[in-house]
Amino acid sequence: MDAMLAEAPAAATDSRRVKISIRGAEKRFGDMVALKGVDLDLYENSFTCLLGPSGCGKSTLLNMIAGFTQPTAGQVLVDGKAVQGPSADRGVVFQEYALFPWRTAIDNVAFGPMLKGMPKAQQREIAKRYLAMVGLAGHEGKYPGNLSGGMKQRVAIARALANDPSVLLMDEPFGALDAQTRETLQEEMLRIWEHERKTVVFVTHSISEAIFLADRIVVMATKPGAVKQVFDLDLPRPRERSESGFVRLEKEIKLLVRAEVQKLGVI
Amino acid sequence: MSAEWRKRLSTGGMRCVAILLFLAIWFIVSIGNAHWWKFFNPVLLPTPTEVVKAGIEAWQSGELQDNILASMARVIQGFAIAAIAGVAVGLAVGTWRPLERLVEPMIELLRPIPPLAFLPMMVLWFGIGEMSKIAFIAYAAFFPVFTTTVEGIKYVDPVLLRAASSLGASRADLFRHVVLPAATPSIITGLRLGFGLSFFVIVAAEFIAADSGLGYMINDARTFFMVSQMLLGAVVIGLIGFGVNILLRSLEGWLLRWRVATRG
Ligand SMILES: Nc1ncnc2c1ncn2[C@@H]1O[C@H](COP(=O)(O)OP(=O)(O)OP(=O)(O)O)[C@@H](O)[C@H]1O
Ligand SMILES: [Mg+2]
Repeated sequence: MDAMLAEAPAAATDSRRVKISIRGAEKRFGDMVALKGVDLDLYENSFTCLLGPSGCGKSTLLNMIAGFTQPTAGQVLVDGKAVQGPSADRGVVFQEYALFPWRTAIDNVAFGPMLKGMPKAQQREIAKRYLAMVGLAGHEGKYPGNLSGGMKQRVAIARALANDPSVLLMDEPFGALDAQTRETLQEEMLRIWEHERKTVVFVTHSISEAIFLADRIVVMATKPGAVKQVFDLDLPRPRERSESGFVRLEKEIKLLVRAEVQKLGVI
Repeated sequence: MSAEWRKRLSTGGMRCVAILLFLAIWFIVSIGNAHWWKFFNPVLLPTPTEVVKAGIEAWQSGELQDNILASMARVIQGFAIAAIAGVAVGLAVGTWRPLERLVEPMIELLRPIPPLAFLPMMVLWFGIGEMSKIAFIAYAAFFPVFTTTVEGIKYVDPVLLRAASSLGASRADLFRHVVLPAATPSIITGLRLGFGLSFFVIVAAEFIAADSGLGYMINDARTFFMVSQMLLGAVVIGLIGFGVNILLRSLEGWLLRWRVATRG
């Protein structure tokens, strides 16, 4: 764990503010330990990917940051304050899109501003702007039922961003999409992140997705779920999947993840 | 587009043919029996034209309109009470667990009893006037509205609740902006079932205790052996039910236009 961390330039990390701090977090479901002794500091405006095989507790960790569940021991701090529950300052994007089917695309995106009590015209103006940002100008009046998977996830991302949260939590957001759509959205995600600068925590199964996106990859261990190794990436962006540095890291992480999968036995 | 229209026209055409065929069979059986076969007393099955004639007579005397109005007034009042009570109690029970544990057993106890079993008692309690019929309809229609409302609330997708709360929704916001719209399709189904049931039971109630209404008209005609008028009552009830159902369905289609999109 320490080898790669030590490579990160010390001065740079010192000057950055810790946004999310996870201290000795543990989560049990009855007798089952889903997560154990997780310690992580995530810097403001960083892009972190949580990577690991199914069941290692990625969603559990993300849900604790979101405030959907509480750790059974330890703490999750955002801006130095313990997370008590969900908040508009921590936007969430779900794998299953979670759009309100009875609201049009624009009304979905305007949901956060509406809850804040903004005037209708301002809500719509914000929603329109974010829909355009995710490439959905002209689709404002469509219901989610009439959108493709990729478009739905774009709406969901716009909806989270329109609330202007400082933290963006994404749980396998592109997991259900085909390879082409997935790569396009990864590129757009980076463009948006460079423009909006949020602290992003992004859960994925895909090693190449993680390397393409993240400044930091947290590889997780299974049985019990824990942090296995942290990689701080300094590959220049935009990253090319065929570059030697990319491929080398991909191989290294693949070996780590494979070891964890084997611990699970037959799946 | 034109192919779709042709299809629509042909299904519409088929329906007309089916209805005409039904009327033709009725006509032939009735006429054939009266003139040739003489299987049963011809008074027992008048022809469609005789029913129409009875309808025109009843309309001209004003009796038909009065009976339709009487029945509809009861159905609408009874159903309105059922709809308001069913949705309100359903929402309360669906959102508040302790209340569910209290109310659910009571409902489960009452629900299997056919509402008709309580009709004579309601006549005792509320008299032979309007009150007993309205109360009876309200009671019968309450159950489907209540049950579907509770179901609708219970099966709200939890990920939608999470999504809304991560956007800053309070408990009240969740109820208003997620739970309620998510349960709407289910509630509307309950309302439609409830309305159908109101219609169903009003006839029975008017058989037993009424001096007006379509059920009364049928029962009254029976005592005078006016079979055409009895059939007229049935036909009018069928037509009204058909019309109301079309109305409710188009209302449903408009309220749930986002769902049509999901299907299409
Ligand atoms: N509410 C719950 N009750 C009981 N067990 C749970 C609950 N939520 C998660 N678990 C268990 O905790 C473990 C971690 O689950 P989690 O969903 O965090 O895994 P994950 O890494 O996100 O997996 P995946 O990649 O499949 O999404 C799993 O073994 C899961 O069965
Ligand atoms: Mg998960």
